[in-house]
Amino acid sequence: MMKHLIVLFFLIIPFATYAVEPDEMLQNSAMEEQAREISKELRCVVCQNQDIDSSNAGVARDLRILVRERLVAGDSNTEVVDFIQARYGDYVLMRPPFKLQTFALWFAPPFLALLALGVGWVVLLSGQPKQAATGLTDEEEVEVARFIDLHKSGDEA
Amino acid sequence: MKRALAFLPLLIALIVGGFFLWGLNPDRDPNAIPSVLIAKPVPEFELEPIGGLDTPGLSRENLSGNSAPVIVNVFASWCVPCRAEHVVLSRLVEKEGLTLFGINYKDKPEDAVRWLTELGNPYDRIGSDLSGRAGIEWGLSGVPETFIVGPEGMVLFRYVGPIIGDEAVGNFRDALIASGALQGKQG
Repeated sequence: MMKHLIVLFFLIIPFATYAVEPDEMLQNSAMEEQAREISKELRCVVCQNQDIDSSNAGVARDLRILVRERLVAGDSNTEVVDFIQARYGDYVLMRPPFKLQTFALWFAPPFLALLALGVGWVVLLSGQPKQAATGLTDEEEVEVARFIDLHKSGDEA
Repeated sequence: MKRALAFLPLLIALIVGGFFLWGLNPDRDPNAIPSVLIAKPVPEFELEPIGGLDTPGLSRENLSGNSAPVIVNVFASWCVPCRAEHVVLSRLVEKEGLTLFGINYKDKPEDAVRWLTELGNPYDRIGSDLSGRAGIEWGLSGVPETFIVGPEGMVLFRYVGPIIGDEAVGNFRDALIASGALQGKQG
């Protein structure tokens, strides 16, 4: 049992480590925290789909250091992100900006979901059997009763 | 309404099929990142020459006021594809008389000097970017990368990766012709 736990522990360790190396970190822990937050919003241009905070690529490291330098120089979070966006484009942002060119990106998923719901609804409705006309008029009830009676007596005879 | 619905599967098949046609196109590179630099002025940067080399350094000023478009190549001695690309670039300089500038990216000066002595130095100017900071200004994602810069200092074209092989060289030549650096002749 203990052995298994130890193995599990060592298997988990790699996921808990960070790409940020000690020599990159800032002394000011609040600012370091801020830098980490910004880094999570920036995409690594080498290993795409990874943020620079967790990437070991050389350029990602350079960008992490740059983010920290800008912060120390007194930039706000948005100023730092703008600085890097100006050089690497919208692509470097993990969350794409909301503008005319990205409308398709933002609206396509909800639009397709609505479309799917609509189609599904129509299909379900049309698949249901039509409700038969219910209820008989009084005249019909009488006629049915007479018909049944007639056959009952016919059987007995 | 019912009749119109009958065409829905066909419509969906067309849309999905069109998407696949686009997505599975072998010429499409899903990893390509559009460069923000295209049709913009060259970024601000100033690089010292490589220590121990006669070639002068490179800065933004050197990239405007040229008589023809120039090539800016980012290279490093530790980059293996750069070695293969070196031949292609050298040939462009020798045969076509193009101007080639270099940015030596994160390279030890002595390594760069040895590399250039061994392979030859086709560069008119080389800036030594030890920190990689100029690379960030250029929006670099790795080496090699090659840019074509117009006479007014505008970035006209960017090629990510080594310009080797017929297809890549062909594309790059097309870009050179489009930028006016080369005449549209077959060579």
